[in-house]
Amino acid sequence: MDPRCALSFKLNGRQVEQDVSPRTSLADMLRNQMGLTATHIGCEQGSCGACNVMVDGKTVRSCLIFAIQLEGAEVETSQGFDDDPLMEALRDNFAKRNALQCGFCTGGMLLAARDLINMTPRPDRNEIREHISGNFCRCTGYEAIVDAIWKTAHEMPSLEGKK
Amino acid sequence: MSGPYENIERHTQFVGQDKPRRNAVRHAHGRGKFVDDIAFANLAHIAFFRSPYAHAEILNIDVSEAKSLPGVVDVFTASDITDICTPWVGKLDHFPGLRSPEQLPLANGRARWNGEAVVAVVAETRAIAEDALELIDVDWQELPAVVGIDNSRSKDGPLVHPEYDSNEAFVMELTAGDSADAFANADIIVEDTLELGRQTGLTLEPRSIVADFDPSMQKLTAYHSTQTPYQMQDIFTRHFNLSEENVRVISPDVGGSFGMKLHVYGEEMAAVAASIRIGRPVKFIADRMESFLSDIHLREHKVHARMALTKEGDILAMQVDDATGIGPFSVYPRTSAMEGNQALRLMGAPYKMPHYDGKLTVLFQNKAPTCQYRAVGHPIGVMTTEHLVDLAAKKLDMDPFEIRRRNVTTQDMYPLKTAGGYILERLSHEECLDKLEKLMDYSALRTEQAELRERGIYRGIGIGVFIEITNPGPAFYGVGGARISSQDGCFMKLEPSGKIRIAVSVTEQGQGTETVMAQVAATYLGVDIDHVDVITGDTERTPYGGATWASRGAGIGGSTVMVAALALKENLLEIAAVILQGDASKFDIVDGEVIDIATKRAVISLPELGRIAYFRPDTLPADYHPQLSVTRHYVPQGTPFDFTNGVQASYLEVDTETGIVKLLDHWVVEDCGIILNRQLVDEQIRGGVVHGLGGVLFEECLYSPEGQLMSATMADYLAPLANEMPDIHIAHCETPTNMTPLGAKGVGEAGTAAAGAVVLNAVNDALHPLNATLRTTPLTPERILTALGKI
Ligand code: FES
Ligand code: FES
Repeated sequence: MDPRCALSFKLNGRQVEQDVSPRTSLADMLRNQMGLTATHIGCEQGSCGACNVMVDGKTVRSCLIFAIQLEGAEVETSQGFDDDPLMEALRDNFAKRNALQCGFCTGGMLLAARDLINMTPRPDRNEIREHISGNFCRCTGYEAIVDAIWKTAHEMPSLEGKK
Repeated sequence: MSGPYENIERHTQFVGQDKPRRNAVRHAHGRGKFVDDIAFANLAHIAFFRSPYAHAEILNIDVSEAKSLPGVVDVFTASDITDICTPWVGKLDHFPGLRSPEQLPLANGRARWNGEAVVAVVAETRAIAEDALELIDVDWQELPAVVGIDNSRSKDGPLVHPEYDSNEAFVMELTAGDSADAFANADIIVEDTLELGRQTGLTLEPRSIVADFDPSMQKLTAYHSTQTPYQMQDIFTRHFNLSEENVRVISPDVGGSFGMKLHVYGEEMAAVAASIRIGRPVKFIADRMESFLSDIHLREHKVHARMALTKEGDILAMQVDDATGIGPFSVYPRTSAMEGNQALRLMGAPYKMPHYDGKLTVLFQNKAPTCQYRAVGHPIGVMTTEHLVDLAAKKLDMDPFEIRRRNVTTQDMYPLKTAGGYILERLSHEECLDKLEKLMDYSALRTEQAELRERGIYRGIGIGVFIEITNPGPAFYGVGGARISSQDGCFMKLEPSGKIRIAVSVTEQGQGTETVMAQVAATYLGVDIDHVDVITGDTERTPYGGATWASRGAGIGGSTVMVAALALKENLLEIAAVILQGDASKFDIVDGEVIDIATKRAVISLPELGRIAYFRPDTLPADYHPQLSVTRHYVPQGTPFDFTNGVQASYLEVDTETGIVKLLDHWVVEDCGIILNRQLVDEQIRGGVVHGLGGVLFEECLYSPEGQLMSATMADYLAPLANEMPDIHIAHCETPTNMTPLGAKGVGEAGTAAAGAVVLNAVNDALHPLNATLRTTPLTPERILTALGKI
């Protein structure tokens, strides 16, 4: 059996401790050890973005980094952000616009969308398409996702005047 | 249509269209439950040692070291499981002459494609199972591989199956009229050879199963990411010699399917075998490389086609020779002959084409098996036909709209039988073409195109007409002898709260099936959609049925729910009449309340009716037994399919220096009969279009001459991303079908049917002044530059 390492980091706002094998990816630890199954694994090759999480405020492919690299880090997954009005507006608009079909890509897409609007509060459609082009969706053809992100960005009152 | 549902008043407006799908709300909040998300006690994991060769004899397998690795629970090969799993063969009676050898879950004696599973390892974790794979030692004798279509066809090349005299799996010929005579008397003839690159499904959720066998009860529960739980229940029952009532298949959330998750795969069968062997739940989740190697592939075709026309532009005839490479086996249970069969029958199908000769040759190869996938055969039939129509238009100097208007089948002709043998109830080609021309502002685009050409910018416009096969009836798989149900069933009950719960045999993979079923129930019962709860995807909790594939969910599933709703409504009105001592025929249900039709006033609410019927039946007449739930089944009637139709157009720019195609715009005008939910229909079309665009521009399963798959990552197999895709504009015509009481046809495959064809036509339109013609897909920069003579 693999050796285990003790690990301490912040996950969705709470300090957590885990014992983890050095070869376990962050995605596998989140899913298999911690039950955070909304972080999906679509490729384990860094290509699809379904496994995206935020580490210290930056988007990271959780399939590509080892869990033990997270000592002391701050990790947010798509299952966090419960008090975040922007995330709530995105979730609402994704559902209303049918910006997801099977829902497998959705967690990663929502994180990408939130990241974009935080950087560029009023993106145009091309900026949205560029920004989410690291996230693969096989079902929707993307247009509904672009619509939902655009609507969220352009209707978020709290962002008025940011740009 | 005739029969019991003939005189029903048909609704054309459906309740709840503006409400978001409940599934979508759930997924947006990270609450999806896919197979890999479900926790199991005592779970074991299975991984596979796969063939490194495309074609090789297995001389010896040594698993001793793998077996002794700590944490390994079981290791087995094909010969170890012949006592628990019977072999299968992918043949159906309606493809006479189709041949394919027996298959077991693992390669037996010989591996026939790169990536075929050979040895299974079951361990406490997937990581340990993968470690053990490294310790397996196989002695191989490599054999020459059959890779390309020409390679497979060649008379003196290697054979995939030495017991057969050639690599032909199936040959089919179709004839209508006298095409030889038509060609002899034609004013013009156009002809070309198209080659379509092999694609794969690439669902974002890979194939997944947890097989959980309880030896004490001889009961198998499979949590399976499949479109078709009933078919899989039947297959597990028969091939593992279990009792059908002891086999339960549960499909939780399914992360995309598109036809890829309809077929029997060795890995899933091996997971079931493993669970039976060790009496523990066993999980198989394909990793992405395994998906590329072992999911079904699709659409590798080489088509030589000719079209004969008069000088006025009337299409007289087509002659088509289509060869397709399907890998080493015809896939069980739906066969790998269906795609070519439908491609051949769809040639020229939108047009008044009296004469036709088509030949299909289905060939074995040493590559992953191919089978049915979204828009089975359509892209091949539509691309071939529409390419020839454009070649003819150019030759006759006719506008692409004009030549199509001249040839499409018209209102005075229905019902009619196409040259390929399909019976069309009623289509709306003329109306769709008119709508498309306006929607895309065609003449303005032509002006812009001409102006830009002056400046060395090459833009192209491509148009394509299609028909789509939907709502397959019993005359499809049933006639072929497959145990694949064409009927569906729906159980529906009034809860004591006055809410409605339904369990239906069509399934959800993101299309919005559950929402549409709730809408139909709400509409025909007269209740709010939020008061309808829908259960799908569990063979133990729903009636037996066909499930969701071949664009049948809304039309057939919806009709099933409709007849159940009408039956439950009749019961509820009767109960209301008994409670109120009134006349049921004077009552109706509106917004969840029984009303008096004459006064429009509510007489009793459904919660009150539920309360009395469930808890105070003592207040009702003696020996009155309120029937508070119903089950109804619905069998599609009439011809084997309901056809839909539509037109698509693409506007794009080709960079003649780099060979890169930039998609600027895409339009679809489609007619799927009565629209149950406009947003969901449009999103099915958009998703489908992008599958077609991926196929025509990027996606290709590339094999080396030795049969090694060279595109087994998402960095090598390119699929559409958001920044490469255009917005897609959609308009509708609505020609209701009389083949279902609901009037709805299918729509899941319309987008894919013609998207590739119109892009090919647009690229060729763009490059026409440069005398370049593309005829091989995907249209990679390399192929475009080669056609331009630049490389
Ligand atoms: S699973 Fe990490 S990028 Fe696809
Ligand atoms: S909704 Fe299925 S992959 Fe995006």
